[in-house]
Amino acid sequence: MFAFIIRRAIQAIMVMIIISLIGFLVQQSLGDPIRDMVGISVSLEERDILRTKMGLNDPQLVQFFRFIKNAAQGDLGISYFHNKPALDVIFKKAPATIELVFITLVLILLITFPIGIHTAIYPDTKFAKYVLGFSTIGVAIPVFLTAIALIYVFSVELQWLPSYGRGKTVNLWGWETGLLTWDGLKHLVLPSISLTSLFLPLYIRLIRSEMMEVLETEYIKFAWAKGLKKHRVWLIHALKNTLLPIITVFGVEFGMLFAFTILTEKVFQWQGMGFMFLEAVERADTALLVAYLVVVGMMFVVINTIVDITYGVINPTVRIAGTK
Amino acid sequence: MNNWTRFKNSYFLYSFKREPVAYISFALFIIFVLVALLAPVLSPYDPYDAMMIDIMDSEIPPSWMDEGEERFFMGTDVQGRDLVSAMLYGLRTSVIIGLGAVIFQAVLGITVGLISGYLGGKLDSFLMRVADIQFAIPYLIVAIIASAIFQLAFGVDRFQQLAVPLLIFIIGISNWPMYARTVRASVLGEKSKEYVEAARVIGLNRRIIMFRHILPNTLTPVLVLSTIQVAQAIMSEAALSFLGLGMPISQPSLGSLIKAGFEYVFSGSWWITLFPSILLIVFTLVIILFGDWLRDTLNPKLYKG
Repeated sequence: MFAFIIRRAIQAIMVMIIISLIGFLVQQSLGDPIRDMVGISVSLEERDILRTKMGLNDPQLVQFFRFIKNAAQGDLGISYFHNKPALDVIFKKAPATIELVFITLVLILLITFPIGIHTAIYPDTKFAKYVLGFSTIGVAIPVFLTAIALIYVFSVELQWLPSYGRGKTVNLWGWETGLLTWDGLKHLVLPSISLTSLFLPLYIRLIRSEMMEVLETEYIKFAWAKGLKKHRVWLIHALKNTLLPIITVFGVEFGMLFAFTILTEKVFQWQGMGFMFLEAVERADTALLVAYLVVVGMMFVVINTIVDITYGVINPTVRIAGTK
Repeated sequence: MNNWTRFKNSYFLYSFKREPVAYISFALFIIFVLVALLAPVLSPYDPYDAMMIDIMDSEIPPSWMDEGEERFFMGTDVQGRDLVSAMLYGLRTSVIIGLGAVIFQAVLGITVGLISGYLGGKLDSFLMRVADIQFAIPYLIVAIIASAIFQLAFGVDRFQQLAVPLLIFIIGISNWPMYARTVRASVLGEKSKEYVEAARVIGLNRRIIMFRHILPNTLTPVLVLSTIQVAQAIMSEAALSFLGLGMPISQPSLGSLIKAGFEYVFSGSWWITLFPSILLIVFTLVIILFGDWLRDTLNPKLYKG
């Protein structure tokens, strides 16, 4: 087990180095920190002096190691538009995205499990057929169209809910949260519902098929034969064994959830990391873009490593399969 | 028995004819693609022709509404383009990008998968590690970041001129590991079979064995995967264009039309967004339904990512 963790950790570090290399190359080829820093009145000689002073004339490899060293110490350059360290800008925007993802996850869990289990137990009811039909169509609907439709109905026509921004936020130990004010919660409704709707079809189908498979197994038949109460068989005996594959897919799909926040944030002008990234592209804010790349890459590496290790703990065959 | 009679008597064709979902969705797909490719002939106006666009015609509602005009069946968009024409041209762009991206990722992924699976060894572990790493990051994030980098590297104007080939490249590169893994898995299954050994014994070189002998036997999963990938590529194009990282508004694609219309939903011009959206949803749905049927019928061992 220990060897497995070490192996995964080394792999994670390798991936991080590759991601930083990509970030470094992007910065080298796109960004000119001198141009960002000085105005047009500064002469070429002065620029060159500044360049040497900042080490921009050093060999590439030296610069790359400096980049990694700085990155490891949390210095990913300065966003020239915000005029602040890029990492600070990202961290300031992170709570918005994290709250959106969190509420969406809660909604997904609350909706998919009951529906998935119900349609697995009663597959022939009208309800189950409607759900399946909807989930087939739902796969083909992009998240931004759901979002636009929701905005049109609830913000433009009915004017019940706000269509953009986060609303009033409260500063809680440096964390700008919209979860504690009524206004903030109202702003969360439409973005989180559109994001949730994207993942419902997949998870409902997944939970349904896993559950149906388990309900056919011998030990469930035995549980029925023992005369256990039906809720006990369904929710305790059957559900437990459907959880492992579902957790795996959740781990993998979590990344997709994050990816789709970019689209959702764009529609709702949600001031999160995705929106910030799109703004950075528009403003050609290279430092912020590279910082985003490194932070997001890091996030995925950490998530994947944790998922893999957890999975190795739960399912020993994974550990053995990994060794050569 | 030649190939045609074999195909005619096959279970594949039999179940295709018996399953309405299969032949209807396939027929619709063919119709969509034909309409898309024939857009210059079919559409009443040319959305690229500045002479035909009149800004005075902007935001005219569909012809069945009160303020609608007879000559614009589905109304016009903000720039005064006829929406039917813009959608036909947009569908064409989306189809070209979708198919192009899938061909690109298939060629790349199949080559990597074949080499990796057949040759094995260090090269195999290296290529699969690369695929693993990319697989760990969602394809959409890869595509978004890649097009952002390209847009900055080329500059917005140059990017817009090269948008179609660049998007084919970006969407292709963001999704190739699927193919590589699927092909590799079936190559590993085929490699030790007798016909491969026979080919090796008569002294054929590796390239011929890989591409002429093994490849045809791995195409079933590739075919099934490709249908899903086309749908995904078209949706990726729409997503990228919607974010402003894909097709520019001046060149209609389904995504850029939706993006152009989105800002005007609030002022009541719903048709600019609604019709392209419906077209996008129906088109992807058709491909997904056909893909589902194909998967159930051919039932290959797919790599579940």
